[in-house]
Amino acid sequence: MAPHELRRTFKRTAISDQQRRRDLALLRQNQQRSDSQNRARRLASSVLALPDPSSPAEALVDLPDVVDVHPDLYLDPSSEPEAASPAGRHLDVVEASNLKGRTARHWFSRQLMLMEWMIDVPPSLDRDWYSPSRSDQSALENQLSKKVSGREEGAPRSKSGSPTEQPSPLPWQHATQDVEEHPGQKYVFARPSGKRCFVVSSNGTTVSRLRNGSVLHRFPSSLPNGARTKEISAASHVFCILDCIFHEPDQTYYVIDLICWRGYSLYDCSAEFRFFWLNSKLLETGACDLPSVYHRYRFSVVPVYECNQIGLQKAYTCGVTFAKDGLLFYNRHANYQAGNTPLALVWKDEFCSKYVLDTDGEGQVPIQQQVVLELQGTGKLTTHDDPPIVFGYLEREFFQKTGLQVGNLLRFSIMDESVRTVDGKLELGEIKFLGKANRFRAFADSYSKVFFQHTARHSPLQFMDLMASVDPSLHYENTEDSEMIG
Amino acid sequence: MSMEFTQILLNAQSIDASARKYAEESLKQFQDQNFPNFLLSLSGELANNEKPVDSRKLAGLVLKNALDAKEQIRKNELAQRWLSLDASVKAQVKGCLLQTLSSPALDARSTASQVIAKIAGIELPRQQWPELIRYLLSNIHQLQSHVKQATLETLGYLCEEVSPEAVDQEQVNEILTAVVQGMNASEGQSDVRLSATRALCNALGFARENFSNDMERDYIMRVVCEATQSPEIKIRQAAFECLVSISSAYYDKLASYMQDMFNITAKAVRGDEEPVALQAIEFWSSICDEEIDILDEYGSEFVADSEAPCFYFIKQALPALVPMLLDTLLKQEEDQDQDEGAWNTAMAGGTCLGLISRTVGDDVVPLVMPFIEENIAKPDWRQREAATYAFGSILEGPSPEKLAPMVNVALNFMLSALMNDPSNHVKDTTAWTLGRIFEFMHGSVVETAIITPDNCKQILTVLLHSMKDVPNVAEKSCGALYFLAQGYEDVGSTSPLSPLFQDIVQALLTVTHREDAGESRLRTAAYETLNEVVRCSTEETASVVLQLVPVIMGELHQTLGGQNMVSDEKEKQSELQGLLCGCLQVIIQKLGSAELTKHAFMQYTDQIMDLFLRVFACRNATVHEEAMLAIGALAYSTGHNFTKYMQGFYPYLEMGLQNFEEYQVCAITVGVVGDLCRALEVKILPFCDGIMTHLLKNLSSNLLHRSVKSPIFSCFGDIALAIGENFEKYLIYAMPMLQSASELSTLVADADDEMVVHTNQLRNGILEAYSGIFQGFKNSPKTQLLMPYAPHILQFLDTLYNEKDMDDIVMKTAVGVLGDLADTLGTNAGPLISHSVSSKDFLDECLASDEHLIQESAEWAKLAVSRAISG
Repeated sequence: MAPHELRRTFKRTAISDQQRRRDLALLRQNQQRSDSQNRARRLASSVLALPDPSSPAEALVDLPDVVDVHPDLYLDPSSEPEAASPAGRHLDVVEASNLKGRTARHWFSRQLMLMEWMIDVPPSLDRDWYSPSRSDQSALENQLSKKVSGREEGAPRSKSGSPTEQPSPLPWQHATQDVEEHPGQKYVFARPSGKRCFVVSSNGTTVSRLRNGSVLHRFPSSLPNGARTKEISAASHVFCILDCIFHEPDQTYYVIDLICWRGYSLYDCSAEFRFFWLNSKLLETGACDLPSVYHRYRFSVVPVYECNQIGLQKAYTCGVTFAKDGLLFYNRHANYQAGNTPLALVWKDEFCSKYVLDTDGEGQVPIQQQVVLELQGTGKLTTHDDPPIVFGYLEREFFQKTGLQVGNLLRFSIMDESVRTVDGKLELGEIKFLGKANRFRAFADSYSKVFFQHTARHSPLQFMDLMASVDPSLHYENTEDSEMIG
Repeated sequence: MSMEFTQILLNAQSIDASARKYAEESLKQFQDQNFPNFLLSLSGELANNEKPVDSRKLAGLVLKNALDAKEQIRKNELAQRWLSLDASVKAQVKGCLLQTLSSPALDARSTASQVIAKIAGIELPRQQWPELIRYLLSNIHQLQSHVKQATLETLGYLCEEVSPEAVDQEQVNEILTAVVQGMNASEGQSDVRLSATRALCNALGFARENFSNDMERDYIMRVVCEATQSPEIKIRQAAFECLVSISSAYYDKLASYMQDMFNITAKAVRGDEEPVALQAIEFWSSICDEEIDILDEYGSEFVADSEAPCFYFIKQALPALVPMLLDTLLKQEEDQDQDEGAWNTAMAGGTCLGLISRTVGDDVVPLVMPFIEENIAKPDWRQREAATYAFGSILEGPSPEKLAPMVNVALNFMLSALMNDPSNHVKDTTAWTLGRIFEFMHGSVVETAIITPDNCKQILTVLLHSMKDVPNVAEKSCGALYFLAQGYEDVGSTSPLSPLFQDIVQALLTVTHREDAGESRLRTAAYETLNEVVRCSTEETASVVLQLVPVIMGELHQTLGGQNMVSDEKEKQSELQGLLCGCLQVIIQKLGSAELTKHAFMQYTDQIMDLFLRVFACRNATVHEEAMLAIGALAYSTGHNFTKYMQGFYPYLEMGLQNFEEYQVCAITVGVVGDLCRALEVKILPFCDGIMTHLLKNLSSNLLHRSVKSPIFSCFGDIALAIGENFEKYLIYAMPMLQSASELSTLVADADDEMVVHTNQLRNGILEAYSGIFQGFKNSPKTQLLMPYAPHILQFLDTLYNEKDMDDIVMKTAVGVLGDLADTLGTNAGPLISHSVSSKDFLDECLASDEHLIQESAEWAKLAVSRAISG
C-alpha cells in the first residue's frame, strides 16, 4: 500500500528518442520484409501471369518496371521495383494512409515519382507532333501522326524549315497501347496553373501531397472518408485518390484525374470512364461545395472536351475560373499509368499560359535556351528519358577537375546555330557548360521538353496547327502522308 | 542456533561490510542446505516477541523474498517451490505469521501482514488456505486496537496481491464492511482508521458490485469523504488517494458526487498541506485522463449526439477549476528546475491545467488568458513564471486557429524573455513554452503558420544563444530546437533551417562538450536534438551531415579505452557510447536514404564498423543495444558489402541473441539478423548454423520474454528467403518448432485482450516463417522436402479460419501462405489443397474482404491455387 506515485512527466516529452529509434528501425524492417516477400511473389507472378483486368493493354502493365530501371536518385533511393499490378499500387496507398511523417513522405514520393511522370513529361507533345508515323508504329503514334501530318499540311512550320518529317524513335516505344483508330480519340482541357498534387482522403482526413511526397495540406473535406463527421467518415477501406492541381488564387483543388474512388481502383480504367466517374461522383459528395467547417477547400472539375475543332477551340478560349497553364490532351482509352507516357500530352502558348519559355534562376528568360542534363559515368550527358537520350559529352578530365560527379545534374546553354534535327531527331551540337543545376532539381530535362522549348523559341507550334490537325477535311491526306514517309 | 541466527540477521544489517558479507553468505548457505528449516527459522524469529525488532523485520523481509519476485518467471518458480513444501512446514510458517499480527511491535506486525498477503497471493487462487479470510475477519472484532490495525493492514495487502476472482462475493462484502467500519469517524483509534483507509484503496478493485448498488456506493463515498476531513493528515491523504482510485475505476458512477468532490478538493488545494493538496489535484488530473481516453476512443466529432460514455465533468467544472489551478501556479519552489525529483503543488497544478486543455480544447483559452496578461510582465518572477507556465500548458488541446492570434503576439515576448529575463526559472519555463509552440503550432499539418522564414532565423539565434545558459535552460532550449526541426520534417527540398544548419550543428556539439553537460540531462538533450535536426534535414545540407560522420566517430573513439574504470565511470561511458551510437545510427539512415550521399558515406563504413566492434568489446557479457541498432542500419545501407564485417561482428551477434535478461537487446539483435539476411542474401549462409542454433535455443527457453518469440519466427522466414534451398538442413528443427507453436497458438481460450494481441503476433510470425520457407524453396529441385509439412500447414490455416479470431494482418499473411504453398509445391499439392477448407471458404472470404491488403494476397493465392489444382 505504497502511496500513489503521483509524479507525472513534467516539462518532458512522453517518448524517448531511443524508443523512437527502435520504432523507426522496426518499421523499416517490417517494410523491408514485406517488400522482399512481395518481390518473391512478383517474380513468381511473371511465370504465372497474374490476371490483370487491363489485359487488353498488357504492354502497359510492364511499364512501371521499365521506368524503375532508372530510378531517380533523389526521390527513390531504394529503387524497389514497383508493384506491376494496379492492385498493388492502390493497396500500398491504403497502408500508406496510416503512415506518418518521414516514412509517409518517403512512401508517397515513391508513388508519386512514377505517377508524376505522366504529366511531368508534358512537352512530349512537340515531338509526338513532329513524328510522322511509320506503318509499323503503334496505333497511338498513328494517331499522333494524324495531327502531325495535319500540321504539315497546314504547315506554317514546315515553311519555317524545321526538318521534322522523319520519324523519330520514341524512347518509350514499347509502352504503347493498341487502340482502335477513329476520330475523337482524344480529350482536351485547359490545365489549371498551380501545384500538382495527390489528394488522398482516408481515415476521416484528407491529405494533399506534392510530388516529392511532402504534405501540402491536411484538412477535412467532403470527399468520402475525408473528414471525421458522421456523414462522411467510413470504414478504413473507403478512401479516394485524386490527381489534382491546387490553384492558389481561389484556393481550389482542380481535379484533373481520378485514381481511386471509395477504395475502388480506377488505375486500369480508360480515361473516358475515369472522367465520367469523376464528373458524376465528385458532385454527389458535395466536395464541389463552398468551404465549410468540415470542408476546408473547394474541389472543382475542369471542363473536358472531345478533341475536335469545336472542343479544342473551347478549351483554348473559353473563360474558366482558373489561370490556365496550357492544354492537356488525354487519350480516351489510356489507363492511368505510372511513369512517362505519350498517352497524355501537354501543349502551351503565350495565350493560354504565363509560363511558356523556361526561366533561369532569377526568373528571367535567358537569351539562349538552357537545358539540364545528367552526367553519366562515361561522360555522356543525357536527358531524363528511358532510355536516356545523349545530348553531348564531357571530357573525363574536365569533370574530374571540376569535382563533378556521376549523377550530377548540370546546366548548359544551347548554341542555337549548332542545333540540328537529323532524321527528325534533335541534336544540340555544341553546348556550353554553365554550372550545376539548381540542387533542388530532381530530374534532368526530358528530350521532349528540350525539343518543345527549342521550337517554342524558334518556330512554336501554333494553335492553328492544332486546329488544322483535327480538321476532318485533312484526314485523308494524312494517311497518304504517312504512307509516303513510311 | 536461535541466538546465533538472530545475530546473523543483525549482522546482515551491520555497517561493517565484511561482517555483512559474511552474514549474507551464511543466510544463503542455510537457505540452500535446508530450505524448510530456513523458512521455519525465519518465521519463528519474526513471531518471537523476545527478539530485537531489527532481526524480526529482516527475517520477515527475507521470508517475503523467498516467496515472491518481480520478474514473472522467477515469481512462478518461487510459488511452485512454496507449494511443493511439506504441508506441516507451511502450516507452521502461516501460524507464526498470524500470531505475529498480535505482536506489540508495529514493524513486526506490518512485515507479517505483507508476508501473509504474499502467501495468500499464491494459495487463494489455488483454493488453498480457505480459512485465512474468515480468521482475519474474526480478528477485527478483537478489542485490542493494535490487532485490529494489523488485520486491516493485512486485508489491504491481501487485496493488492489477490485478484478479485479468487475471493467469493460474500467474503468480499465482509471485507469491505470491515474496512469501511474501520474507516468510520466513530473509530476512535487513528492508526486503525489510517490502516482501514489505506486498505480500502486496495480493496476498491473488489468493490465493483458494491459500487453498482446505489445505497452501498453512497455509503462508501460518504465514509471516504468524511475521512478527507480527518484531523490526521495521513488519513486525509489516504482518503484522497481513495478518491483518485475511485475516479478512474468508477468514473461512470461519479455524477451525483461531483459537486461535493469539487468542494472537498478545492478546500484541500487552497488550504491543506502539500501532500494532501497534491492528491486533491491528482483527482482532477485523473478525471481528465479518463475523459481524454473516452473522447479519444470515440472521436471528438462524434460525441455531440452519440452515446460516448463521457460525462463532461471537466467542462462543467471548468469555470471554477481553472482559477483554482491558476492559483497553484504561484506556489513554485526556488530551484525546482534543478531538482530532478521535485514535485510540488505548482508543478501538479500546471500539469493538471495541461490535461484540462487537452480535455476541453478551446474553452480553456478565455479562462486562462486574463491570468497570463495580468502576470506576464510583473516584477515578481513568480508571477511571470506562472503566467508563462499557464501559457505553455494550454498549447496542447485548443485548435491552432484559436491559439494563433495569441501565440503570434507572444512569440516575440517569449524570445526576448528567454534572452533577457533575470530569473532562470522564468527562462526555463519560457524555453519549454517555445518548445510547446513549435510542437503543436508548427509543421506541415498545421495550417496556421506561426513560424515564417523571417522569424525562424530570429528564433534560431535566440535558441542557439540560450544553449550557453545554465544547464536547465540550455536543456529546454535544445528541446525547443528539437520541435522546431521536427516541424520541418515534411518541408520538401528546402528547409528554413538550412542557412544556419552548420551553426546549429556546431552549437549542439559545443553543448555536448560543456563541463556541466551531465546536469539536467543536458548532454542527452543535445544529442537527441542533433538527431532530430539530422533526421529532418534536406539534401541541401547533406554535405554538413556527411562532415558530421568523422566528428561523431572521433567522439566515439575517445570513449574507448579506460580498462580499469569503476562501475560509475563504466556506466557513464556506456551512456555516452549509447548517445553517440544512436547519433551515428540516425546519420547512417539519413545518408543511406539517398544514392548520392550513400555513395559518399561508404568511405567511412570500415572505420565505423571497427568502432562499433570496439564499443561491443568494452563490455563483458552484454552488447550495447544502441550499437546493435546502428549496425542494423549500416547493414541495410551497405548491402552485400557488409559481408567483410561478418567475421568480426558475428561473436557479438551471438552475444546479443543470448541476452535474455535485456530482452529488448535480444529482440533488436533478431531484427538485425533480418537486416543481414536482406543485405547479404546467400552470403549469410556460413553464419546460419550458429544463428539458427541460437534462435532455436531461444525458442525453447522459457526465460526469454514472450514478445521476442514471434520476431524469431519471422526471422526464420528472412533466413529461408535469403539462403533458399540451403535451408534444407534446418527444416527438421524449425518445422517441428513451428508446428508446435502453431498448435499452441490455436489453443488459446478465454484470452484477455493482451493475450489475443500476443497470439496474433505469434501467428503472424509463424506464417511469415512459412511464407519465407516456401518462397526460398521455389523453383528448387528440393521442393519435395516441404511436401510432408504441407498437410499440417493447411490444417493450421483451416483451424485459424474456423477459430474466427484472426486479425486482419494474420488473415493477410495466412492467405499469402496458402498462395506460397500452392505456388512452390504446384500440382503435387493439388489434391491436398483442394481438400482443405482454406482453399475454398477461407480464400473466398479473403477475396471478398474489404481490406485491400487481404484482397491482394488473396488474388495472388487464388491464382496459385487454381494452377496447382488444375495442374
